[in-house]
Amino acid sequence: MIPSSHALLESNFQSKIDNEIKIEPKDWMPDDYRQTLIRQISQHAHSEIVGMLPEGNWITRAPNLRRKAVLLAKVQDEAGHGLYLYSATETLGADREQLIDDLHEGRAKYSSIFNYPTLSWADMGAIGWLVDGAAIMNQVPLCRCSYGPYARAMVRVCKEESFHQRQGFEIMMSLANGSPAQKEMAQDALNRFWWPALMMFGPNDATSKHTAQSMKWKIKRHTNDELRQQFVDATVPQAELIGLTVPDPNIVWNDETKHYETSPINWDEFWQVVNGNGPCNKERVAARKEAKENGTWVRDAAMAYAKKRSALVTE
Amino acid sequence: MSDQEWPLWEVFIRSKQGLSHKHVGSLRASDAQLAVENARDVYTRRSEGISIWVVASNNVFASDAAEADAFYDPANSKVYRHPTFYDIPDGISHM
Repeated sequence: MIPSSHALLESNFQSKIDNEIKIEPKDWMPDDYRQTLIRQISQHAHSEIVGMLPEGNWITRAPNLRRKAVLLAKVQDEAGHGLYLYSATETLGADREQLIDDLHEGRAKYSSIFNYPTLSWADMGAIGWLVDGAAIMNQVPLCRCSYGPYARAMVRVCKEESFHQRQGFEIMMSLANGSPAQKEMAQDALNRFWWPALMMFGPNDATSKHTAQSMKWKIKRHTNDELRQQFVDATVPQAELIGLTVPDPNIVWNDETKHYETSPINWDEFWQVVNGNGPCNKERVAARKEAKENGTWVRDAAMAYAKKRSALVTE
Repeated sequence: MSDQEWPLWEVFIRSKQGLSHKHVGSLRASDAQLAVENARDVYTRRSEGISIWVVASNNVFASDAAEADAFYDPANSKVYRHPTFYDIPDGISHM
């Protein structure tokens, strides 16, 4: 392609974005835009699927039938969300099996939060309240993402996730209003998930290498720090309301900025977990690989059956 | 390792009687029947539909996005196809 026509395509593309016209799968798009989306959407898909594991851990031990039915519904939703997102990557020409293999071989990342263990039932509360709460903060602006299939998937995901955070908060509230031991369990879960939840928004703006370009392309609408601040401002009063304490001795309301100020985040821990050295990284990926390998015969049998039947029909 | 990936299907859902089926997304399944069942589990978990169509994605033939301007151009100059093109005096009703 001659350079001038490429420049024209590129400027037409950017002007669509600037005018809030969505980009659809068959439209021309710069290769970097495509690759950025494939990377981001597949990481998001992997996070939904790996995210089923810490909660799946407690389905058989939910304290009653209501909690069990709710947790099952939530984990089933996460599977659906993973599927919408893998489908969105396929509209960009990505190979789903390849993306999954990338996860299994350690070439792809997913949200670092799912590399922390779920040690008590209260963690189901903390995950719904904090982890889904943080995810919703991230995902609501993604409903307006410039890439149509990703934006549409996010609309479905956000609609479905609105109960996830509420059910988590309800668990925390019940425990916080329970016996001293139950309240302690809730506080312990908050202590362990607070900082990892803040890290979910990604590196500080100053060190985030993808933010500027993603904002120009309107894949992202807010920076990591803006969303993190929004989350802190929303969550601290929620903790206070149910009598729990956010594990940060330096947290203070600033009446001028109308925001909470927090201690600095331990970024060393963040990078350790992102780079594979969190408490459960190996276990999570091993569980995914095992699930895929153990399901191979089912997928093959279904395919063999379909081929046999279509052969019968054509005869 | 599996030798073959399940084919891709496009999913269309009628949300209630009186409305047409609308594209909601895609999924993979080994055959049409399983595609319908998977679509029920994935796209109607909150009673979003009463009827599902699935179409193998490789059977969809689409207009060319790169040629969209020229392809749809013939309609652009024909404003007289819209009722607002015509001047009707005030006081005329039922028109």
